[in-house]
Amino acid sequence: MLASLKKKETYSRYFASLKFSLYCITHPLDGFWDLTHEKRGSLAAANTILFLTLLVRILKLPYTSFMFMMVYWEGINIFLYLASVVFPLALWCVGNWGLTTLFDGKGTLKQVYMATCYGLTPYPLLQLPMIFLSNVITAEEAEFYVVLGSFSMLWVGVLIVAAMMEIHEYKMGKTVLFTIATVFAMLVMVFILLLFFSMISQGVSYFISLYREIIFRL
Amino acid sequence: MRKARKRIGLLLAGVVLTMSLPMAAYAKEGYTYNYDWWMDVQYSPDAYSVAGVFSAKELGLDTVLSAPEGLFVYDRYIYICDTGNNRILELEREAPDSLKVKRIIDSFKGGSGSQTFSAPTDVAVTEDGYIYISDKNNERILKLDMELNYVMEFGKPDDATFDQSMSFNPKKISVDSAGRVYCIAANVNKGLMKFEADGEYSGFTGASKVTFDWTDYVWKKLATKAQREQMESFVPTEYDNLYMDADGFIYVCTSNVSSDELMDGDAAPVRRLNMMGNNILVENGNYPVVGDLYFESGGGFQGPSLFTDVTAMENDIYVVLDKVRGRLFAYDDQGRLLYAFGGIGNIDGYFRRPVALDHMGRDLVVLDSLDGSVTVFVPTLFGDRIFDAIDQFQQGKYYESGETWREVLSMNGNFDLAYIGIGRSLLRQERYQEAMEYFTLKWDGDNYSKAFKQYRKEWVEEHILWLIAGFFLVLCVPLAIGKVKAIKHEIDIADIFRQC
Repeated sequence: MLASLKKKETYSRYFASLKFSLYCITHPLDGFWDLTHEKRGSLAAANTILFLTLLVRILKLPYTSFMFMMVYWEGINIFLYLASVVFPLALWCVGNWGLTTLFDGKGTLKQVYMATCYGLTPYPLLQLPMIFLSNVITAEEAEFYVVLGSFSMLWVGVLIVAAMMEIHEYKMGKTVLFTIATVFAMLVMVFILLLFFSMISQGVSYFISLYREIIFRL
Repeated sequence: MRKARKRIGLLLAGVVLTMSLPMAAYAKEGYTYNYDWWMDVQYSPDAYSVAGVFSAKELGLDTVLSAPEGLFVYDRYIYICDTGNNRILELEREAPDSLKVKRIIDSFKGGSGSQTFSAPTDVAVTEDGYIYISDKNNERILKLDMELNYVMEFGKPDDATFDQSMSFNPKKISVDSAGRVYCIAANVNKGLMKFEADGEYSGFTGASKVTFDWTDYVWKKLATKAQREQMESFVPTEYDNLYMDADGFIYVCTSNVSSDELMDGDAAPVRRLNMMGNNILVENGNYPVVGDLYFESGGGFQGPSLFTDVTAMENDIYVVLDKVRGRLFAYDDQGRLLYAFGGIGNIDGYFRRPVALDHMGRDLVVLDSLDGSVTVFVPTLFGDRIFDAIDQFQQGKYYESGETWREVLSMNGNFDLAYIGIGRSLLRQERYQEAMEYFTLKWDGDNYSKAFKQYRKEWVEEHILWLIAGFFLVLCVPLAIGKVKAIKHEIDIADIFRQC
């Protein structure tokens, strides 16, 4: 691993795979096919895109004009804020892989993650200039900002669906079906996690109260 | 073990002590408060202080006030309808903190019917020297002159729009400059009853629109006839009180509201009616004019603020009285909360059952029905400065207004309107960048946009050369480089050079 970091071609491949994300977002069907089948994407590039997405999401908080983003700083937890991206992403990858692997999906968990991260590319690409834009427009011109924002989200959505279609080698109908199924799988996982955490906290609180009771009687 | 426990005990006592000390200090500050942009409660210095509480004892009356309902202030005279004792008290305010009974009105001269009152509920005095009294159980509104001679009366209207099987019990009245009488009658929900100056009834005005959403419609369609009768019917809301402001617009308030409607902003518990009876109240605040934003039940109170009276001052600042928690809420002409204060209790500045509110200049007068007393409030320096700042802004003295707001800010750094006031003053003085800072601090996007628009215009005008230069660089330089490269390439491959 470390040895490979010293080689020059490692970097050229990394930058080539990162640059390939720009091809993916403009040519989703072709791009996402090549991403896995031609091995033109890399996990490192996917991680970079995810990192950039998180970075832009944090930068939005202090630098977006207050007209578009009103931040109640007292109520911000930066880790929870980042989890709002990472957690659904993790659920999506696991849920999608878990379902498609049962129904002839060709993609592996790694590929699902990679393709989804590549699909996120428009978010940092558009939202970063939008931070600047928000500071030079007035309330009357807010529509530009809103439309651009929804466009970036829509683009991401379309890309992710297209990516799933290509890496699993599905038809359109099946992709839509499994996208919906994945959303339900995510909900089920959230439900189970909540159940799990509430059980654990109940169990812990039982032992805490037991400990308190004993200490009290000593 | 015991030693450790003792230490913990000491520690706990210390924690309790340190925590109770600042809390004791805060309890005093809890009298006056406001909501900030995030709708968090921000305690504020008192805007009003009590000049005096006057009950029968202080006024030197033999009979205690019995369930008084009506209050009217004219010049420096305060009129109280002592409803239970069938009399009207005329008080004179000799000094800011002293009230004296001028006369007790319990009968009048002339007229055809009874010459005494039966449960008078409201009184109004006009500039041309007439007293109007809503004589509720005698089913009439009396017009008397200042010497208590009968002039005329407004009785039950002989009109098809008024249900003739119902009795006419006027509860609250208001008289405009032309002598027209507006009246809220018991069990009438069609709005205000309007009488012309000559006594002729001219119909209802200002009825609230009946609204229902489509889910109610669907439910009614599905329900059986018996169920439908059980359901609440959609009727216009009955008003509780009214106040005619200096411009002739009528402020009305109603307590027939649900908390859902209130938070949606659909209820409009306070309205300002124009001549057509339409609500023209400006609500540009961050939240609707509803009084308290949080109404947890507790301490014997529950539900939202229910307004029982409203009064409006010259500069369109209006104050509403909440009968649930005994609080007064003052709003400016844009519907933004200036301050809220008061409460239920027995100390001065608190009420037991507040029913009516009026103002004398900037002073406020509140009638307590259960206590049988009148509380007179005078503005503190803080309250006075807020009035000054708003007055000055309305008169176009923008610089002075800004300076006054700065004074307010020095007294209460948590007062959002002070920041916005300074910002608006700076905006008028064309100091856009400073104005933007103040608007940013208090999240005023609309005003910020106004300032920013001008600032941006100025900035572009100043930097137009740089902008053009930058544009030129971005556009033309790569073009030129491309051209140069193309020429170079052409020279390189040209045949004439190849031979040498």
